[in-house]
Amino acid sequence: MEEALFLARVQFGLNIAFHILFPTLTIALGWFLLAFRIAYHRTRDPAWLATYRLWVKVFALSFAMGIVSGVVMSFQFGTNWPGFMNSVGAIAGPLLAYEVLTAFFLEATFLGVMLFGMNRVPDWLHITATALVATGTTVSAFWILALNSWMHTPTGHVLEAGQWIAGSWWDVIFNPSFPYRLTHMLIASGLTASFVVAGLSAWRLLRARTDNGARQTLRAGLVAAAGLIPVQILVGDLHGLNTLEHQPAKIAAMEAIWHTERGAPLVLFAIPNEKLRRNDYSIELAYGASFILKHDPRAELKGLDAFAPDHPPVAPVFFAFRIMVGVGVLMLVVSWVGTWATRKRKVPPRWMLWVLAAFTFSGWVATLAGWIVTEVGRQPWVVQGLLRTSQAVGDVSPAALGASLTGYILTYIALFLAYMVVLTHLAGKGADKQPGAESTLAAAKAAY
Amino acid sequence: MDLAFVFMVLMGISVLAYVLLDGFDLGVGMLMPAATDDEQSFMVSSIGPFWDANETWLVLGIGILLSAFPLAHGIVLSALYLPVVAMLIGLMFRGVAFELRIKAHGWHRELWNWLFWAGSFLASFAQGLMLGRYLTGFGDGFGYWLFAVLVGASLCGGYVLLGATWLILKTEGDLQRKAEAWARWGLLWVALGVALVSLATPLVSETVRDKWFDFPRTLGLMLLPAATFAAGLWLWRATGRVRSGGGDWQPFAGAVAIFTLSFIGLAYSIYPYVVIDRLTIWEAAAHPSALKALFIGAAIVGPFIAAYTVLSYRIFRGKATAKLYD
Repeated sequence: MEEALFLARVQFGLNIAFHILFPTLTIALGWFLLAFRIAYHRTRDPAWLATYRLWVKVFALSFAMGIVSGVVMSFQFGTNWPGFMNSVGAIAGPLLAYEVLTAFFLEATFLGVMLFGMNRVPDWLHITATALVATGTTVSAFWILALNSWMHTPTGHVLEAGQWIAGSWWDVIFNPSFPYRLTHMLIASGLTASFVVAGLSAWRLLRARTDNGARQTLRAGLVAAAGLIPVQILVGDLHGLNTLEHQPAKIAAMEAIWHTERGAPLVLFAIPNEKLRRNDYSIELAYGASFILKHDPRAELKGLDAFAPDHPPVAPVFFAFRIMVGVGVLMLVVSWVGTWATRKRKVPPRWMLWVLAAFTFSGWVATLAGWIVTEVGRQPWVVQGLLRTSQAVGDVSPAALGASLTGYILTYIALFLAYMVVLTHLAGKGADKQPGAESTLAAAKAAY
Repeated sequence: MDLAFVFMVLMGISVLAYVLLDGFDLGVGMLMPAATDDEQSFMVSSIGPFWDANETWLVLGIGILLSAFPLAHGIVLSALYLPVVAMLIGLMFRGVAFELRIKAHGWHRELWNWLFWAGSFLASFAQGLMLGRYLTGFGDGFGYWLFAVLVGASLCGGYVLLGATWLILKTEGDLQRKAEAWARWGLLWVALGVALVSLATPLVSETVRDKWFDFPRTLGLMLLPAATFAAGLWLWRATGRVRSGGGDWQPFAGAVAIFTLSFIGLAYSIYPYVVIDRLTIWEAAAHPSALKALFIGAAIVGPFIAAYTVLSYRIFRGKATAKLYD
């Protein structure tokens, strides 16, 4: 049973980590596309058309990756976590079904029109289709985060005949952590897409410095990122305070606070020692944690001891949190410097383009780290306080699980490599054929 | 109102919509190796605008099973664990290969073409296998598995039929001629499959046997195979008429009719079970509060989904062009 639980968790964690990369990108990329499409509509500048056509392909590819891995997710609830549906299915089921009904069909159907319909439908309908795709991706985030937030901070549920049902749908959906989590995730998506747009544009500029379209999108990505990241830091802080209120054990793990204390220090770095329940090699900032979390250096913070044995494993949560914050700070610096370097239609120096290209997928790193913090931080619960992860797992044999896990891992590696190759190929394609600083229709056509 | 019954109907509609819609694009995928490079571009662009949305019907079907019949969801998907995984891996490869083959050249394109075919085939076969296992109540033993394999093969034939007739509708010239031949081969295969399933199903399941041979209802029931047979005959003849100006939509309509009639037959055989001989729809149904919430959503959003799906097929009506990104 232990073995099966472990394998089922690894498999689900892997699937969802792979899946989430793509929606994280496409949710905000949809809005970028709308902006590019409208920019072309207003200016009739062929550089914007070329930009739109390039990014619509990136979108289509990422969306396909999201769909196929999302279909896998929808099956895994039943194949591996029947206990989850038996216990909270009356709440989780409708939320998932609403996502399919209100978002999946909308985005998938209008994606076809957006991708292939530019010369078949009037301009207004094509722009509308682009807007509906972006709306669909965002609505889908709304439902899935409502469910996820409910699993962290459940409200509005009542117990009836052994299963949890919705007493008030309003309370279920607008549970205490939902507004923070949704905002945090949407901005994370905005940042991820901004850095992908900026990074791939930088990659293109490295090969063709005079590409006007790439210069425009580099600027667009950087400005969006520079504007979003301070908001994200603020929202992240609010989200953390919300977590402190509702899931204090998670915060204790994030900060590696083993014992309840007043004026808890901020642990900058340490190796959490789960056996001896203390930190090794720690570098601390006195009163820091109390100050950040309670905005009062003398305040008392609950340590992990207060929740033992029901608290998450400390090391993954602790490190993932530091990776998220660290990458976030780097993103702030890079986007602000980049915004400065691209003012007045300037193209940044080559070394900076390399840095920007290196930061293309920084949003993915931060987002994955953030999700590890929040999901591992909820353990041993799958629904906080209501259902343990070990109660949700099904009785698939370890052998079958091993087979499926191997299949998924190989598939994901192959798909991911192919995705990366095609993405860099698309970003660089035709760049060396760029004729000059002026964007011409010929240039746009040559690129495609 | 009996919401369990309503959701059984809705789930049936989603599954049928999935089989018909993703069926034709899976079928086109399986036919890829039989076509030349140029023809492949037309085939791919005939399904390009639709496949994402087509696959969404599977998510809806499974979503309804999950949220309206959670007990059945657990039993069915646990019992079908490995075929489901195989289907998912197949769907993943074909979905991504579809996007990637458009952007690739040389041996890369060959590789993605191959994966597109292999993924389509794996997904189709696995779906048939799942259907076969499901119809027999997941019985163990050689005979049951043989039956499931046969259903898997028949479903592949059925999807090839749907794909080929779709191509008759969406293409012209040489490719359309080829598609006519494919459609007839597919039809023979389907006929064999349907006959086989019809003979074997009452043998492997007592419940089905009792329902079929319950006179005098059996006489009314005979209308189904009769109508299916008529649709097959009509399809065969319609396929021959296309080149002399017969309606190019007729073969596809015939294929849809065959699938719909077979589906109704299967649904009749199984009803009111959702897991045959084990769980009826009422036993498996979710809590009424969940069903009510789902019903409100489906009733409001459903018509919109239907409307814009029709809109999308109207926008892309007519013959497919070679270049997908125009």
